[in-house]
Amino acid sequence: MHELSIALNIVDGVLEELDRQKSGHVEAVHLRLGRLSGVDKDALSFSYGVACEGTPLANSRLLIEDVEVAIFCPVCGVERPTRSFPVLICANCGALGERVLRGEELEITAMELVT
Amino acid sequence: MNEPRMVEVRRKVLKENDLLAHRLRDRFQSVGTRVVSLVSSPGSGKTTLLERLLTDLRREYRVAALVGDLATENDAARLARSGAPVKQITTGTVCHLDAGMVERALEGWAVEDLDYLFIENVGNLVCPSSFDLGEDLRLVLVSTTEGEDKPLKYPTIFNTADVALITKLDLAEAVGFDLELLIRNIHGVRPGMPILQVSARTGEGIEGLEHLLISNHTESKLAQVQ
Repeated sequence: MHELSIALNIVDGVLEELDRQKSGHVEAVHLRLGRLSGVDKDALSFSYGVACEGTPLANSRLLIEDVEVAIFCPVCGVERPTRSFPVLICANCGALGERVLRGEELEITAMELVT
Repeated sequence: MNEPRMVEVRRKVLKENDLLAHRLRDRFQSVGTRVVSLVSSPGSGKTTLLERLLTDLRREYRVAALVGDLATENDAARLARSGAPVKQITTGTVCHLDAGMVERALEGWAVEDLDYLFIENVGNLVCPSSFDLGEDLRLVLVSTTEGEDKPLKYPTIFNTADVALITKLDLAEAVGFDLELLIRNIHGVRPGMPILQVSARTGEGIEGLEHLLISNHTESKLAQVQ
């Protein structure tokens, strides 16, 4: 369970970004979370609330956008979704993917501020 | 009350750790120190394998190890039997190492005097996968006794490692281990991943692993010279 470490990193990151704004109170944080990131969504949501306590982010919401896995399929020659997680089989032709193109994301994409 | 305004951020959550890991990697590479980390579930044989590697490699190379553990210093004591310098990183309740822990553990050590630095992560197949430690090579161990479906249950750790090591080969027959199935599962979640099979107890496959570590090191030294 490293989701608390991840949540603390989110809070630190958002506070750093907040410093660059002239003013504002954070209402919500938007996060992209890949299915292959190794981070559990429910544990992260829970940990986020704990990590925010006593900071300017207290009571803010964490809005998580799931990102499904996509691979480069060497047979189709294009990006494809996979057929059966976590095996990297092309949903279109069944070939093994060459590399993961999406699904490893763990990034803050936006914050909602009120002034 | 005003409507909230959306501010675009685009920031990796582990940006700070990634930046520090990149700095560590640059530092290791600039002095020609090869850094190899080991990750696996608890009891897969990281410490036994590492004790063997340290003992063998220190005949010709300057080697040292950092070893992460939640509470005890047992692993460091075992590794110290090899004669190589070893430092324990006790993480308390934290289930993984991060780049900051590695940097702090190296304080007072002359990294430039080392050919190889090994980092044994906390035994855990989930949490260590998110944290870059600045290593050149990450080995993920999976033992013959723990079930062929480990890669399907923990795909992320296989995706962030460079080489898979199948350990405890000497026990394979006794536990009815299915080698083909494990290899198929590893390649299902990480196509093309290099796989080596070893037994630290009998020594089977160890030479091949050491050859891999040494040839990679020579390549990076050559690249530096060029």
